[in-house]
Amino acid sequence: MAQHQVNYASAAGLPIALTSVDKLVNWGRSNSLWPLTYGLACCAIEMMASGASRYDFDRMGTIFRASPRQADVMILAGTLSKKHSEFARRLYDQMTEPKWVISMGSCANTGGMFNTYATVQGVDRIIPVDIYLPGCAPRPETLQYALMMLQKKIRRESANMNNNTKQNLRLV
Amino acid sequence: MQQPNKLTPFFENLNFERDDNTMVINFGPQHPSAHGQLRLVLELEGEQVVKAYPDIGYLHRGIEKMAENMTYNEFLPTTDRLDYIASTSNNYAYALAVEKLLGIEAPRRAQVIRTMLLELNRIISHLFFIATHALDVGAMSVFLYAFREREFAMDLMEDYCGARLTHSAVRIGGVPLDLPNGWIENMLSFCDKVEHELEHTYEALLTENRIWKMRLEDVGVISAEDALNWGCTGPMLRGSGVNWDIRKEEPYELYSELDFDIPVSDRCDSYGRYRLYMEEMRQSARILRQLVPMYKKSEPQLMAHAPKYISAPKEEIMTQNYALMQHFVLVTQGMRPPKGEVYVPTESPKGELGFYIKSEGEPYAYRLKCRAPSFFHTGLLQEILVGTYIADVVTIIGSTNIVFGEVDR
Amino acid sequence: MRKYTPKENVQKKSYYTDRYWVAPRVPREEVEAGSHFADVVKALGRKAKESYVEVGQLVVHIKATENFEVIKTLKEECGYTQCSEQSAVDYLAQDGEFELFWQLLNVNEAKRVRVVTRIKENEAIESIEPLFKSANFAEREMFDMFGIKVNNHPFLKRILMPDDWEGHPLLKTYPLHGDEFAAWYEVDKIFGKEYRDVIGPENRDPARIDRYDTKRFSRVGYEVPFGEDISGGETENPIEYSETVLVDYNKESGKQLGHRR
Repeated sequence: MAQHQVNYASAAGLPIALTSVDKLVNWGRSNSLWPLTYGLACCAIEMMASGASRYDFDRMGTIFRASPRQADVMILAGTLSKKHSEFARRLYDQMTEPKWVISMGSCANTGGMFNTYATVQGVDRIIPVDIYLPGCAPRPETLQYALMMLQKKIRRESANMNNNTKQNLRLV
Repeated sequence: MQQPNKLTPFFENLNFERDDNTMVINFGPQHPSAHGQLRLVLELEGEQVVKAYPDIGYLHRGIEKMAENMTYNEFLPTTDRLDYIASTSNNYAYALAVEKLLGIEAPRRAQVIRTMLLELNRIISHLFFIATHALDVGAMSVFLYAFREREFAMDLMEDYCGARLTHSAVRIGGVPLDLPNGWIENMLSFCDKVEHELEHTYEALLTENRIWKMRLEDVGVISAEDALNWGCTGPMLRGSGVNWDIRKEEPYELYSELDFDIPVSDRCDSYGRYRLYMEEMRQSARILRQLVPMYKKSEPQLMAHAPKYISAPKEEIMTQNYALMQHFVLVTQGMRPPKGEVYVPTESPKGELGFYIKSEGEPYAYRLKCRAPSFFHTGLLQEILVGTYIADVVTIIGSTNIVFGEVDR
Repeated sequence: MRKYTPKENVQKKSYYTDRYWVAPRVPREEVEAGSHFADVVKALGRKAKESYVEVGQLVVHIKATENFEVIKTLKEECGYTQCSEQSAVDYLAQDGEFELFWQLLNVNEAKRVRVVTRIKENEAIESIEPLFKSANFAEREMFDMFGIKVNNHPFLKRILMPDDWEGHPLLKTYPLHGDEFAAWYEVDKIFGKEYRDVIGPENRDPARIDRYDTKRFSRVGYEVPFGEDISGGETENPIEYSETVLVDYNKESGKQLGHRR
């Protein structure tokens, strides 16, 4: 087999790029955000649409995972009912750190139009949310924009999660 | 026995019963192939299901309670969120129920536009069905192709009403807008596209596909008697050999004037239902084509003339005092339909979608019951899942085509 | 003094109703002799207390104890092979009764019948699950939403609400926004009652704006750092809505025609 050898000393120099650990780690984290397929209601259809052919989420390194253990970001797409709330919290707890939450749609943000007895009035009552995404239902472009905002946010953070001041209370 | 506390909650996922050698597994409420928030508790013997218990209500949002506290026009956008895959069919079913209560009829052009939107929504819903059903069974590429076509239909809906998913495109008494320029031509080219893709993509990929046939044939068999007994409607009932389509049998809107066939399959299994969905899309495209000349012949009036219940057109409101007063009263107080009760069934893409409205002469409905087809199809799961293998459970859930917005309401 | 609001029916009321307003009624037609519906009424015999046609569908009022026999007759003799829908209407505030209805469908004749009956509060109804399996879920939903017990139902359990839920949501006594149990349900369940103070009450005002909240609200025209305290020692005043919406137009005015002499 042919051996590929490069003499770095005589060529243009060693291929070295200088960066900080923060930037390197965040580059990796932000460019392969794997969301949990957590479709709850109408917004789930738009989430599927953004994963499908026209909007093609994969080009952002976003591949939907069915298991919370493999996921980095939870996209809460739709109405969270009170009956479901404990499962949402449990799935959030099952995700490994670092983890982020996008609350997609009005229902997840504030309860939206479902100002009733059965709906959790904003998922931030039970899990800390990083990005609130307005709309009923938000278009796939909006979800992609939210994910890009999340990427920006991750790139700003310190790679060591303990250094980050979490904006939301980590309950329990 | 588990001792649940705050740190280790009760796990219903795995629970061995050593006495009778069956295993209880929990499926959902968050499962990628459960079509939403369905939770199934399955009792398995080996790989065979001996008992299935569908647990629903994870998307219960209190829509029926909301209906009692909203005026009739306020409630209309909420119906979008019932069967959110084909929103217009819900809007229409609700609007038709209220119109029957009021005793008014939409003008001809509104009827044409409504029928167009209904059939377009049927195509959207069926494309979504074939996409997710194929994805669950393992055919990923069908999902991508079907969503490609679905996006074109969504574009048409967006051109008409501005929304992709939650249309509210049908109002009580008519439709709010006329079709935009060029919409008809786009719609016709979409019909061509759908018919072409049906034949050359989906059916070419699936119909004779060996894996598809092995996964679907003789899976989820429902006899005609069972289907009626369990309250199945729509493709679930026609897939069991009962020729029952509300569009033909109790025609509403323009369906009595249109020429279309009702596909019926007496295979009673998931494969028969899949063929049925494909054929229904063709028939929808056929209906859409027939509606184009009807549209061109119709008068431009869009909302019914019923000053007691429905606001006058904007021009009249802006120019005539009485119309403005009427509009003010209707907006601030809401319309007051006569006392009485009405149950109006319509054929939504999933089955019989009916609204039962009990009015006491107030601007708020005294009781509104939404008869959702998926609710009864979910109930059926507890019977047809018994005796099947766990791999077929996903196929059966897929072929029942349930949507949790209308199951839980 | 706080205004008294009746608790037995908390459904939203129209803020203004004309004194002379009499609601018309949807026309009820007689059952036409010789039609399919006439045969149905004949088959039911004396069990049909009252029958008429409303918006193209036959409505039959029956006694609550006879619901099983009536629906059995309809199924076996009149060909009504599908029970499309079944539920209840709450008339507890007016009459102390529930109105129950069954919506039946005859596939061959394309006809629909609504069987209507009334039961008192705390009375149970016989299950029609042996006749129509679709009643299994429908009766469970009725039990969940209204608390109406169904005799001989195979598995009468809450269906839409969680098992540990208190109250029956579609009763007219149940407020749209839920009672206190509903308001704290998810907090109690996930974190425990002691976290109520940490999380705080639900915001039920869809138009709520918090001026000094720099986490959730941005300011127009100038930016402030995220999470910074910008209140400057001021406390937040709750938004005051205009009083005009709260005027009770339904109140009987002092000047009434009847009282004049």
